[in-house]
Amino acid sequence: MIKIVHYINQFYAGIGGEEMADHKPEMREGIVGPGQALMAAFGDAAQITHTIICGDSFFAENQADATATILGFVEQIKPDVFIAGPAFNAGRYGVACGSVAKAVQEKFEIPVVTGMYEENPGAEMFKDSVYIIATKNSASGMRDAAPKMANFALKLARGEEVKASIIDGYLPNGTRLNFFEEKRGSERAVNMLLKKMAGKPFTTEFPMPAFDRVAPAAAIKDLSKARFAIVTSGGIVPKGNPDRIESSSASKYGEYEYAQIGSTPQDVYETAHGGYDPVYANVDSYRVLPYDVLFELQKEGKIGSIHPKYYTTTGNGTAVKSSAAFGQEIAEKLLADGVNAVILTST
Amino acid sequence: MVKEIERAGIAVVHICTITPISMTVGANRIVPAVAIPYPLGDPKMPHSDEVALRRKIVEKSLNALATEVDGQTIFE
Repeated sequence: MIKIVHYINQFYAGIGGEEMADHKPEMREGIVGPGQALMAAFGDAAQITHTIICGDSFFAENQADATATILGFVEQIKPDVFIAGPAFNAGRYGVACGSVAKAVQEKFEIPVVTGMYEENPGAEMFKDSVYIIATKNSASGMRDAAPKMANFALKLARGEEVKASIIDGYLPNGTRLNFFEEKRGSERAVNMLLKKMAGKPFTTEFPMPAFDRVAPAAAIKDLSKARFAIVTSGGIVPKGNPDRIESSSASKYGEYEYAQIGSTPQDVYETAHGGYDPVYANVDSYRVLPYDVLFELQKEGKIGSIHPKYYTTTGNGTAVKSSAAFGQEIAEKLLADGVNAVILTST
Repeated sequence: MVKEIERAGIAVVHICTITPISMTVGANRIVPAVAIPYPLGDPKMPHSDEVALRRKIVEKSLNALATEVDGQTIFE
């Protein structure tokens, strides 16, 4: 029997949402939450004997300590395989899954598997270090992801040959594998060309790497003459969220004038963000949108001027494509107003 | 958003808690924050200390904006 330890977050363990994201690492005997879906795929071939649970914020803010504790748990059990997640498009959870899986793989030299959506920041960070099964972007993809992860884990546990990412369903990790195609190159190329000419979708056999880096802007020479703006992905909106910015997977951003300094923040602002515990930002939005001190610095002459509006969205499972579009629109508005520098805060 | 704003020629400083994510996304000037739910504050502190802490982080961010960088830089 193949023995498996499974790592999940506080949400999938049923402990709670963001208000419980500071949950410290713990280990329970048996199966918890999504472990059920994995077990359904394992049948009699493998058993999840223990489940390790850690809050996403606790892991992100105490990475070294949390990892040490989790490695201690794994050491006690000595599993044959370690599975983390799937994390879908949850950023902190994805980073935690990738990070824990990598640490387990390095320390115990056992197979590890996790699962994520390709845009999860954890995917970019860990896909070259651990096998990450490609999943959909939300928990609705569990039914699809669990058997894929389970079967791949069995394959690794049995020492079977790992095939190319396109066959085994993991995110490409930079390893090239040789295999014989059924059709020869000329035929495949002509077919691809015909599809392209007909405007139909086709898959290239040689994707170009996407290096999307932006060169740093020049430094601000004289802060006391520069014009500043604040942008946030922390979802601070006027009380009542007038534009109904979504709590996750935002389809829009908001632009709002600053409330008068001195007004009680909790009377005028709240956060629309569904990906962190909102209590602290709802009580005092300056913790996310620091315009109180920015205006103070302006009054003291340390900075030149401030754009009259701030821009806000919820960076919670929001597609890269949407975020990029928001950024472009915001940049146009800021340029039109002569803004030189932006302070962008994220939660 | 960080990248698209910087691409337009505006200097950006990214204040965030999980700096490795900011590195992955491609921010060039990064200032570490306090915690995910309160990047620029600390509810455990008396209010005046909290404001002072926030001012320190914003000043550090201004300093980052005034500093030339070759590539991605975390201003600890």
